[in-house]
Amino acid sequence: MSKKLIIFLMSGRQTPDLAEAAVEGGADLIELGFPFSDPLADGPVIRRAAEVALAEGMRTKACLECLAEIRGRVQTPLVPFVYSALLEAYGYQRFVADAHTAGAGAILVPDLPLDAHSELERIQLVAPTSTDERIRLAAETTDGWLYLVTVTGTTGARRELSSALAGLAARARQLAPPGLPLYAGFGISTPEHARAAAEIADGVIVGSRAIEVAEGGSDDLRRYVSSLRAAIDASGS
Amino acid sequence: MIGRKREERSYRLPSSPAKKTPPAESRGLYSGYGGRYVPETLIPALDELEAGWRAARADESFARELNELLANYGGRPTPLTLTERFCPQKRIYLKREDLLHTGAHKLNNALGQIVLARRLGKKRIVAETGAGQHGVATATVCARFGLDCVVYMGVEDMRRQRPNVERMQLLGAEVRPVEIGTRTLKEATSEAIRDWITNVETTHYLIGSCVGPHPYPEIVRELQAVIGRESREQILEREGHLPEAVVACVGGGSNSIGMFAGFLEDAEVKLYGVEAAGASSLNSGRIAVLHGARSLVLADEDGQIADAHSISAGLDYPGVGPEHAALRDSGRVTYLTCTDDEALAAFERLTKMEGIIPALESAHALARALDIDESLLLVCLSGRGDKDLDEALAHLRSQA
Repeated sequence: MSKKLIIFLMSGRQTPDLAEAAVEGGADLIELGFPFSDPLADGPVIRRAAEVALAEGMRTKACLECLAEIRGRVQTPLVPFVYSALLEAYGYQRFVADAHTAGAGAILVPDLPLDAHSELERIQLVAPTSTDERIRLAAETTDGWLYLVTVTGTTGARRELSSALAGLAARARQLAPPGLPLYAGFGISTPEHARAAAEIADGVIVGSRAIEVAEGGSDDLRRYVSSLRAAIDASGS
Repeated sequence: MIGRKREERSYRLPSSPAKKTPPAESRGLYSGYGGRYVPETLIPALDELEAGWRAARADESFARELNELLANYGGRPTPLTLTERFCPQKRIYLKREDLLHTGAHKLNNALGQIVLARRLGKKRIVAETGAGQHGVATATVCARFGLDCVVYMGVEDMRRQRPNVERMQLLGAEVRPVEIGTRTLKEATSEAIRDWITNVETTHYLIGSCVGPHPYPEIVRELQAVIGRESREQILEREGHLPEAVVACVGGGSNSIGMFAGFLEDAEVKLYGVEAAGASSLNSGRIAVLHGARSLVLADEDGQIADAHSISAGLDYPGVGPEHAALRDSGRVTYLTCTDDEALAAFERLTKMEGIIPALESAHALARALDIDESLLLVCLSGRGDKDLDEALAHLRSQA
């Protein structure tokens, strides 16, 4: 089974074009950021992207429209990445319903502990600090795949792939139902990181670096995603 | 004293109907406010903190160590001063937290949390600061116990509160300027939490107010409750009965929640919290999530956090502790507002009439004490105003 490549993009006017380019470059799934003014899980690159998006007027409704437009252009699964403050204001269930209508599959909420709002179906995140008990609970309740946060920290490129990933992935494999896909994200920025992460996990999520590259336009992003794709496809070979 | 258990509080409204297994967000709730809205990375640390806090509360040696520090290092009990000329037609008592070591109530919390952090084996402390008083208190206790200390502070606040920046640096703390967003307490808090997420295994986050994810609002309240306990005993001794009203300023709300804690069960005592008019989450906020908790927040209809505006850096915060939100809803506390100009007038008046220079934060409480109906009052003078001289004098001169 080939390993999956997930690209994070921040909602914005150019994002449908960028999503198309990412998919052409070989992305299997697009994670779509809904900007929030005070994003605790994010490092400087995504924070700045959120500030720009908010200044552009990308509020929840506009982001849902952006999602629907991307849905019209690409076939890959789309996953909103949305802070609980936005759900609190919009309504948790209403958001899930409207995101589905706009074309999303599952949703990701980075600042909601996995046992909070358990009525909300979503992709769960686990971190190197997570206990076995919480990894098991996350694996049992997650919607489709499990997000392995490779670092103890916020989003953003790191020089090297986190050494914590291997241990976390091994624990998750042991605790999760057989066959549950494990995708690794946070801190992965180069094709070398992506290849190394893909040796360990079933998929690789690239965010901050993709956002930086996307500032150069669709062609740059397509080329960058292709390079990640090639690295991942070469993993295990 | 610290170990005293309180009964289920009467103002706590019944929460949602009982379910089989309580969901995580129902822990640490004040009538639906509070909870834990943080990345999963932090959950084990919050569990560890909560367990450590419960164990400390059950351990007499914790209370003994803390009470010794509060008395012989901090200078507790702080006096109660009856004002003479500030408002001759009323009897206004000031609880003198300005006389506590480092010049504000913040030390009560910093001492308690540093003792707790040492029990948890943490070697590094991070904190946020607005006015700089919490940063100074944190830098002080870190110096006292030889722990590494990093304080996040918005560059706008660093400008407004220069003396406190210098004080923190002299005490050996690293002050990290925060240059994003509003460049004030809101961003400094976010950065401190991000640092904690990154260094959670070695680091204790010494939060400065009764905000943040559970169990922080409870920890800070209980550590500040010494203000209310002492005040209640002192005023009973001086007056023979309780005051008609208690007044305290509210930013995040730690001095006020500590003061109110002593009087919540005295139904005959009116409680007033005073917010800065431009940072009034309890009067013009809506339910939103900020810094790990659900509370009343200055936010727009999409849940995006709005900017607060106050001359006083310590009140310049768009959120408020979840217990205050519950106390507003229950009606037990009345929350009023005060403009920058009113606070400045009270600042000048207390200085000229009593020879006490109050913090601009506390001046908000003083301003409303002058015009509420009650006349036997207890006001929390949460800090001294030396740090505010430049800012206050510049404004007073521009008015003249």
